Parts: sequence; C-alpha cells; structure tokens
Amino acid sequence: MQLQWIDYVIIVIYFAFVLGIGFVLKRFAQTSTDFFLSGRSIPAWITGLAFISANLGAQEVIGMGASGAKYGVATSHFYWIGAIPAMVFVGIFMMPFYYGSRARSVPEYLKLRFDEKTRGLNAISFAAMTVFSSGVSMYAMGKLLQLLLGWDFTLSVLLSAGIVLIYTYLGGLTSAIYNEVLQFFLIVAGFVPLVLVGLYDVGWWPGLSARLAREAVARGFDPGALTQSWQHMGSPANNPMGVEWFGLVMGLGFVLSFGYWCTDFLVVQRAMAADSMNAARRTPLIAALPKMVFPFLVILPGMIAIAVPAPSSIGFAQHRVEARPESSERPYALTATAQLGAPAVRDVQHSLIPPKLDANGKPVIDTEGRVALDYDLAIPMMLMHYFPAGMLGLGLCALMASFMSGMAGNTTAFNTVWTYDIYQSYIKPGASDAHYLAVGRGATVVGILISIAAAFVARQFNNIMDLLQLVFAFVNAPLFATFMLGMFWKRATGHGAFSGLLTGTLAAALHHGLTLPAGAAVGVKGGFLGQVLHTYPSEMAQNFWTAIFAWTTCFLVTILVSLFTEPRRDEELKGLVYALTPIPKDRNLPWYKQPAPLAIVVLAMTVVLNVIFW
Amino acid sequence: MDIRLPLGLMFAIHGALLAGFGAATASSTIYREHSLGINVNLWSGLGMLVFGATMLWLARRAR
Repeated sequence: MQLQWIDYVIIVIYFAFVLGIGFVLKRFAQTSTDFFLSGRSIPAWITGLAFISANLGAQEVIGMGASGAKYGVATSHFYWIGAIPAMVFVGIFMMPFYYGSRARSVPEYLKLRFDEKTRGLNAISFAAMTVFSSGVSMYAMGKLLQLLLGWDFTLSVLLSAGIVLIYTYLGGLTSAIYNEVLQFFLIVAGFVPLVLVGLYDVGWWPGLSARLAREAVARGFDPGALTQSWQHMGSPANNPMGVEWFGLVMGLGFVLSFGYWCTDFLVVQRAMAADSMNAARRTPLIAALPKMVFPFLVILPGMIAIAVPAPSSIGFAQHRVEARPESSERPYALTATAQLGAPAVRDVQHSLIPPKLDANGKPVIDTEGRVALDYDLAIPMMLMHYFPAGMLGLGLCALMASFMSGMAGNTTAFNTVWTYDIYQSYIKPGASDAHYLAVGRGATVVGILISIAAAFVARQFNNIMDLLQLVFAFVNAPLFATFMLGMFWKRATGHGAFSGLLTGTLAAALHHGLTLPAGAAVGVKGGFLGQVLHTYPSEMAQNFWTAIFAWTTCFLVTILVSLFTEPRRDEELKGLVYALTPIPKDRNLPWYKQPAPLAIVVLAMTVVLNVIFW
Repeated sequence: MDIRLPLGLMFAIHGALLAGFGAATASSTIYREHSLGINVNLWSGLGMLVFGATMLWLARRAR
C-alpha cells in the first residue's frame, strides 16, 4: 500500500493544526485549574463531543468494526443497552455530586465521600491503568501503520507520542478537549462516505441483509443472526456473541457500562470542565445523541467488510513486498502473508477480511476447524478498498486522530490524578499553585515516557499486556457498586467502601480463575486456579458474569461492613449524597437546555433504535 | 479561542484540497477501481468545505 502526495499533505495539515492548537492554548493555561480542568469554562456542546471522543480511541473504532464483522448488528448492544442508559444516568443523577462537590477528580470525590484509603486505592490503580492504556494505544497504532503502510514502528510510536506530548504539555485539558472535537468531526467526515459507498456496493440494507444471512447460515446460525439485535438472545447458542439476554443486560448493560461511563475519570473529567452545573449535566446527554448513531459509522463498515467478496488483488501484502522486499521484520502477520503467497490466501479469504496467520505464515484454524479471521483489519481493509488517494489520506488521518486522542485523554486524566490525588495528597501537600502546575506538566512528560515504554513492552511480550488488562478489569469491575452506594445511601462508610472494593476485585479474580470460555486454554483466559467449575459459551459471556459477580460481592460487602462501622454525620455529607443534596432545577431554561427532558428524548430514541433492529 | 475557528479552518483547507484533487482527477481510473465510479474526493471535499465555511461563519458571527 503506497500513499500518494495528497494523502501525506492531508495528514501533515492535520498534525499542524493539532500542534497549533497546543501553542495557541498555552497562554490560557496559567493556573492548575486551567491546566487540569480547563478552568471549568467549556460550553456543553464542546465537552459533550469531547466526552465521547475521549472514549472513541482507535481501539474503539477498530474494535467495533471487528465486532461488527464478528457479531453483526448485535454489536449495537454496546451502545443501545450499554453506553446510552449509563450516560443518561451519569448526567441526571451523578453529575450533581461530581460537579457540585467541586471535587477535581473522581478519586477526590471518593476522598470527600468516604476516606483517604478508598481514594488512594482508586487513584493509584487508575493512574497505572491510564499510562498503560495509553501505551497499548501507541502500540496498536505503530503496529497498524507498519502493517498498512510499512512505516517504521519505532518512528510511528515516537512521532505520535511526541505530538501528543507537545499539545497536552502546552495546553493541558483544554488542548486535549479541542483536539478531541477535531477528531470527532474527522471521524465523521471519513466514515460517512465510507459507509455510503460500502452500502451502495452491497445494495443498501436489503442487499447487506441478504449477504449476511448467507454468512450467518454458513456459521451455523439462523439467517437473521447477524442483522437482528435481540431476536437471537434467548440462548447463547443462537447468536454469534455466545451470550444470553440476562448476562447481556446485567453484565454489559448494567455493571460494565455504568462502571465505565459513570466512574471513569477519563470521561468524567470532560464533564467536570464544563462551565456550569447545567452544562456538566448536559455533557453526557449531548454526547449520547451522536453516540447513538455511531453504530452506523463504526459497526456497519465491519458488517459490510464481511459481506463483500475478496477482491481479485488481495490486500496490502503483495504491494508491500514489491515495494520493500528488503525489510524482514514484520511482527503482525505481514511476512507471513508475503511468504504464503497470493493464491493460498485467496483460497481461504472469502471477504475483505484476511485470515489470521500464524508465525509460519499459515492461516490459523480455530477449534471448530474454521479459518480464523483477522477481524481487527475490517476497518483498515474497508478504507483501502473503497477509498482512492485523497479520501484514503483523510480516512487514515481519522484513524490516527483517534489513536492520538485516546493517548491524550489518558495522559490528561493521568496527570490530574497524579498531581491532585497522589502528589498533593501524599507527597507534598500545601505547596503553591504554580508548583502543582509544574508538577502536572512534569507528570505529562513522565506519563508519556512510561506509555512509550509500555508500548515497546507490549510489542515484545503480548502476554504481559493481556495479564495487565485482566488485572485492571478485576479492579474496575466492582467500582460502580461503590459509587452507587456512596451517592444514594448515606449510611455507607469508608471502611465499607474499601472492603467492598477489595473483595469485589477478589471475587472477579476468583470467578475468572475458576471458569473458562468454551474452547479456550487454561491461562489468561481463565481456569488458572487449578479447577474449572463452569464453562461459558464464549469469552464475552465469561466477562459479563465476572463483572456481575464482582459488582454483587462489592455491593453486599459494602452494605454489611457499613452497617457495623460508624457512619459520618449528615452535615459532612452535604453535596455528596442524594438525600442531602438539592437536585438542581433549571425550570427557567428552554426544554432542550434542561437535563431531564433531554434525557427523555435520548432514551426514547434509543428504544426506537432497539425496536427497529430488534 | 473559539474552537470553531481551527475546526472550520482545517475543514475548509482539507475540503478545498480534496475537492480540487477530485476535480483534477475526475477522469482517473482510481474512482472505478475503488469507489464504484463515484468521485468521493470531489463530493466529500465539497461537503467538508461547506461545513468548514459554516463553522468559520458561526465563529465570526459570535465575535
């Protein structure tokens, strides 16, 4: 795959704007509040777009495309039963406490509501998680650019890290938010034409349904299994996700989604930067409007990719081999494809999505004897298939933008938690604001350096990354129970919260260690405690149930321990707990500026979408 | 700084470039090879140009 000059020009212009925004915003970052919270001065529509863009990292874009190809329309559950209800909840019910308490971070809210140790636990695990995720984001980007364009891995990682470093160092959160808005519109500009051309090619929705019906039958499901979201959720055997409706609604819809959207500082920080309580509450609601149509932008391309027959000239590998025969280092299946030769790949590749190849260049065959596909390439292959020079540059630019905003989002969340919740609390309290601003800038540099290191570790030892991701999943799983009890039950105590979090994490680890998804080997996928008590039909089902167990354990233990420990006095909890905080009223504003009517509109539209694709 | 300024400017530049490139390559085979004969560069470029110009106009009006 060779880029033309026009593609490079488009990418360079984008980089210039990204850096330019950083330089212009530098003079607005004078105090630590400016740097970490944008001086709480950003209007709602901008924080709203940043709220979803911060989450719309490339893992999300590429991962949702991959899931679209794997699971079809059912992937929309991540949006229409997952994200949207959680976003409405955080806007209506939780933002009054986050924004109203003047906490500067999510861990700081825990400190105000509970105690120091609960904050410490959350702050340290969150800080570690953000630098790590940022590293994984860099790794994924370097790997992809190397595969598609033959760019040097080290160079891609260092260049992207350098750009992110410059603009977050200079402009802090504002700079990150502005670039997230830019990225949002770039994704839309790149993906709307992609979906339109793709749909036109397959004969719009009827054509796509017909093709996916054949695909579903070939995989042993009902014809509608890839184009209907709820009808096949009765039993895990009937849908490609391998989950049943209860695990889906409770595990994904309730525990995981609420846990992420309501407690993850990465997204909540965007709302905290809003210019008023009203704007903070509307942030996730405004975000929900584009979020609910995003499945059409990111899931549909994956579905189209699996429905379009393999083109006569397959992929990038041949181009690449012609272009640079001398370079031998190809970690991500590339050498493999080249060695395999075109005819063999053509034999097994039936759609735009190429097969996964093992270290010897042979297609990987899964446990059921089928060729395993490299689903993560669904979106990149769509871009290269349907976009000529010009739009291809824009599409790649949108992908790079989402990688970089993922990194920037993590970096800005990290430097805030590090400075306020770790440095100011445990290392050096009571210093001047200028000092903390300098520490925040320093933390930006150090955080990015650690992320770069993580990216290279990920490249060498993929297993370590899987393991770390697993540990973070255990830590995150019970979080929402703590916040829910903290905000809605004034009797919950610090000791209760802390022990609930610990036992919840432990429960997640235990559950994971004693169960296994069907067809998986004992190890990182589960069963590592020596015994497999239950086998789940799929990894996703196992993850959902791990979350359900963790949440329930945390919920019960927190209540139990709270009842045996001393509660805090009501006066101390004003502004932190539902019963003791007046819910803000915005009666004098037009309806579309009031959170409650907006929430009703959002939920109604989500129900309609679920029904249409039922 | 009004965010519509950089946003509008970038989209206007990107849009103008793409539309110009699309117009110049209108008879090229790349559109038949990739996008089913549709000149995606031209149409997307025009769309982005309109969006960019609107953002710039809004930013100007707000001042």
